[in-house]
Amino acid sequence: MNEQDARQAVEAAIGKVAPDVEPEDLEGGARLRQDLELDSLDFLRLVEVIAESTGVDIPEADYPAVATVDGLVTYVAAHG
Amino acid sequence: MAEFRMPSLGADMEHGKVVEWLVKPGDYVHKGDLVAAVDTDKTVMDIESFQEGVVAEFLVDIGDTVEVGTPIARITATPAEVPPLQPAPPLTSGTFSPDARSPLAAKEPTPAHPGQEGGHTEPSAKAAPPVRHLAHTLGVDVGRISGSGPGGEVVRADVERAAAGPATSAAPEEAVQPAVPEAAPPAEARRVRSSPLARRLAAELGVDLQNVAGTGPGGAVTEDDVLSAVPPRSRPPAGPPSGRAAEAPPSSAQATEPSHEAAQEAPRRERTTAAGGKAESLRQAIGALMSRSKKEIPHYYLSTTLDLAAAVAWMQAANQQRPVSSRLVPSALLLKATALAAKEVPDMNGFFTKGSFHPSSDVHLGVAVALRHGGLVAPALHHADTLTVDELMDQLRGLVSRARAGRLQRAEMADPTITVTNLGDLGVESVYGVIYPPQVAMVGFGKVLEQPWAHNGMLGIRHAAIATLSADHRVSDGLRGGRFLARIDELLQEPEKL
Repeated sequence: MNEQDARQAVEAAIGKVAPDVEPEDLEGGARLRQDLELDSLDFLRLVEVIAESTGVDIPEADYPAVATVDGLVTYVAAHG
Repeated sequence: MAEFRMPSLGADMEHGKVVEWLVKPGDYVHKGDLVAAVDTDKTVMDIESFQEGVVAEFLVDIGDTVEVGTPIARITATPAEVPPLQPAPPLTSGTFSPDARSPLAAKEPTPAHPGQEGGHTEPSAKAAPPVRHLAHTLGVDVGRISGSGPGGEVVRADVERAAAGPATSAAPEEAVQPAVPEAAPPAEARRVRSSPLARRLAAELGVDLQNVAGTGPGGAVTEDDVLSAVPPRSRPPAGPPSGRAAEAPPSSAQATEPSHEAAQEAPRRERTTAAGGKAESLRQAIGALMSRSKKEIPHYYLSTTLDLAAAVAWMQAANQQRPVSSRLVPSALLLKATALAAKEVPDMNGFFTKGSFHPSSDVHLGVAVALRHGGLVAPALHHADTLTVDELMDQLRGLVSRARAGRLQRAEMADPTITVTNLGDLGVESVYGVIYPPQVAMVGFGKVLEQPWAHNGMLGIRHAAIATLSADHRVSDGLRGGRFLARIDELLQEPEKL
């Protein structure tokens, strides 16, 4: 999957899990937990939505690599 | 005839506004069926009927705000419950179907959430509360299946069997129950196994449940099934009438599966937006309640550091074997351990009312859920001590998403016996909560982090978290409170047994 598709999938997934997050908050460096205020259940749901929409299953061990919007995009692009 | 009154949806609720009727005059309702959505200062909640019968008329209009206890609808009793020689109450609605008054209705209905409001539930030996809850979720009437447990008790397997086979759920196997008449009322004949939420959604969207293939447990129709049964174009928005039209489901989500997801999220988004306007009233309600708590309850505070090495290792190993949809988060383990400890240390679990403490024999674990637009609600996980960790995780996810969508049910808000606040996700190490009256204890969990830990004379790195207790000094003191916290830690040392 190219980076643009991955970014689109990630943004759509975040919109679904946290509908109140504004598009301008989705800077690449934004941290999902601290900046976007996703709690552990939101984060799990995000991982689930990403798996549904892109087929990329993120194992728990890789969670540290996907802590930011950019990290997640890169991960999805690399594994999708 | 019975009046359906505005219920109290929490110790601090004085009035509520009817924002949506989920039934219409002439509808037949069982105990536990959802009747209306009510807006309190905190959130919108679905409320269920306390009685069985036919909805005769509404006594308030949508948008009316009334005091707790005000009659909001009239529900006429079934013939067997009407005293003899007294003419049946006149019905205002011509849509009423006489079939609905069949003898079927005369038998004892089973409450969906027993035990939260002493007055209206009868103790039933036929099924344990979690089983009844499961039955309610699956749309199975416990009164109509025969139990294979001790003393004819209905057990989990019976309910699952009934949900799986349409024949069994409707068959009059129980000798003591009146036989189901040939001409069952239409509402019953069409009964399809489904969750209450799915039924409500189907009604809103004009979907006939009979035409929907269920993918839930035992073939029960789920919300998703209902949503996928609706062609995307013809889906009317669900939710309160105000401010609906503005946000149609975005057309951008085009992938095959996500299309119904988008429709599912859209109403949720509207709810959230609509709820955003009430952040201030929620803030005031929380402020008033917490002032009262701090004024009336002599709090004492304790903290201890939980050794989570075993729990986290067990959870990580379990999660590796699981698809993402059934992965656990540490909160599920912490909540389960808390529920078990509360069961064992009753001084933490119950209500202080009318000058004395009334311990609760059930553990309904309140979970503080931060709302995205600000404020929080603390709905209950019922009988949390009896749930498996997986069941608890499942219910937690449902509870949090419904809390955020503003669709909690009355029982969930009304009766937590002890509350947990888990601020660890936001990065703090410890949180000392304010007790939610009339409860007598509040447990706080900080973030799970790795830290240096001395163990058996050696230093190592372990996962740990700080647990705190705010408890009511009128009921307990530090010794008992300390035992409670220590017990949580002990239970977490054997996560596989939780």
